[in-house]
Amino acid sequence: MSQSVTTNYGSLDKWLPKLVLAPSFVLTLVFVYGFIAWNGYLSFTPSRILPNYDWAGLIQYERLFDNERWWVAVKNLGIFGTLFMGISMALGLMLAIFLDQKIRMEGVLRTIYLYPMALSFIVTGTAWKWILNPGLGLEHLMHQWGFESFTFDWLVNTDMSIYTVVIAGVWQSSGFVMALFLAGLRGIDDSIIKAAQVDGASLPRIYWRIIVPCLRPVFFSTLMILAHLAIKSFDLVMALTSGGPGFSSDVPATFMYSMAFTRGQIGIGAASAMMMLATLAALVVPYLYSELRNNKHG
Amino acid sequence: MKVLEHWLPKPSRFILYAILFTVAIYYLLPLYVMVTTSLKSMDEIREGNLLSLPNSPGFAAWAKAWGEACTGVSCDGLKGYFWNSVKMAVPSVLISTMLGAINGYILSKWRFRGSEVIFAMMMFGVFLPLQVILLPMAQTLGWLGLARSTGGLVFVHCVMGIASTTLFFRNYYVGIPDELIKAATLDGAGFWKIFFRIILPLSTPIIMVTTIWQFTQIWNDFLFGVVFSAGDSQPITVGLNNLANTSSSVKEYNVDMAAAIIAGLPTLFVYVVAGKYFVRGLTAGAVKG
Repeated sequence: MSQSVTTNYGSLDKWLPKLVLAPSFVLTLVFVYGFIAWNGYLSFTPSRILPNYDWAGLIQYERLFDNERWWVAVKNLGIFGTLFMGISMALGLMLAIFLDQKIRMEGVLRTIYLYPMALSFIVTGTAWKWILNPGLGLEHLMHQWGFESFTFDWLVNTDMSIYTVVIAGVWQSSGFVMALFLAGLRGIDDSIIKAAQVDGASLPRIYWRIIVPCLRPVFFSTLMILAHLAIKSFDLVMALTSGGPGFSSDVPATFMYSMAFTRGQIGIGAASAMMMLATLAALVVPYLYSELRNNKHG
Repeated sequence: MKVLEHWLPKPSRFILYAILFTVAIYYLLPLYVMVTTSLKSMDEIREGNLLSLPNSPGFAAWAKAWGEACTGVSCDGLKGYFWNSVKMAVPSVLISTMLGAINGYILSKWRFRGSEVIFAMMMFGVFLPLQVILLPMAQTLGWLGLARSTGGLVFVHCVMGIASTTLFFRNYYVGIPDELIKAATLDGAGFWKIFFRIILPLSTPIIMVTTIWQFTQIWNDFLFGVVFSAGDSQPITVGLNNLANTSSSVKEYNVDMAAAIIAGLPTLFVYVVAGKYFVRGLTAGAVKG
């Protein structure tokens, strides 16, 4: 519709919008797409402490795939991503459905569930680190309460450290998932539900068969956002465990940072960033494509 | 959903409330622990436990976190970092929001051949894993003479914020009827006049949402802060992380917690004051506007 509007304008107004948009477009072109290409090129060079623009083929990718620490990071992202998304979605959906039952004090509860999202991962990571530390935190509390044999040393346990990231991550994000689902629930047409009630369907059945399927688009967007948060998650791991003990709770984001900026392995850092981009693009591009197509029709 | 109310018998409503309140406690626990711990002395922390209330609450740990705590080499507390964050966040938020408003206006009301493609290209920036741009950006900031400065961080946040601010404004402006624009052009109003006289006065809600969104994003950023700043330009998140990870012989949890609260207060304040808009900002990116 707007196309037809533009034809009525004078020539100045024809190119003015393009001119005004141009700086942002150029910035995006350079700083997103140009930098992707630049980083991509770096990943094919022998760069170590300083960037070096000689072509070196796939050596950095070979070194990356031979690097045990990288595979620990990938596996951790798998564990963290799956649990973080799964638990946040389940908890968020449950809270949204429960809050939707005409709960008194809904506003207060919603506020409480959501506030973690306002805080930075660095802040909450610092808090969780204190709660989860075996010396004076939760373990100490349980001992004082008489559970002498209670141990909770995940934070310093190489096998379990990644799970502490899940605990803090879910705490941070599940309220946000709740808000998304609640917004979705409130958007569903009541008449469908009334019709089902007239047919004598029970409440759980109505939810399971009618309401939850209606939430599919929200489900999808939420999954996308959580996946994106999981792949990018850097702050939380840095604040909570710094990737440790050792590198047991490394994720690709912290791996990239330490290779590129503290260990002088720019080439490997660039290659690992490309792997992160590829993973995210595989998820997001089809999603954006379908979103924009729907937008056009809608 | 009023209809469902009578469907739940009394006992299950009781269980419902029990679950909701239990979960609320889980969400509140870290905040409770942060606040109470920050008001205790270290002796009290060792004697008591995570949940015990402070016997003689005091703000000593707060004063120390603000003015004297050691972050790495220097021992000036967090105040410097805090003001760095203010200096970084305020211009970044203003500039990126302004750019987003204008871009969104063009991409919704002045579409041209290829503008949808431009919008799609910009939108990918919302999801971009920032690790991909870190190395080239570090080099570029060096060339621009902006490396390790607050100006550099402002620049990065503005450039990287364009994607989300444009998305917010564009989705909002799509909802403003085109007829309004058409009528204005018949009256002889041009590009800027329509923007300032018609679009901008209707934009208050989305300006609120975008400002809050950008403020929390930028204030809470750690990655750019830790990579692109140094010494006296580091933001509060980096300061807090340095403080909490400084290996000293005695770990002062009360100071750590006070520092964490100081770092979190501005966004928490925004959340409390403008909670409604905050939620809308969070959901706006996901549920189509």
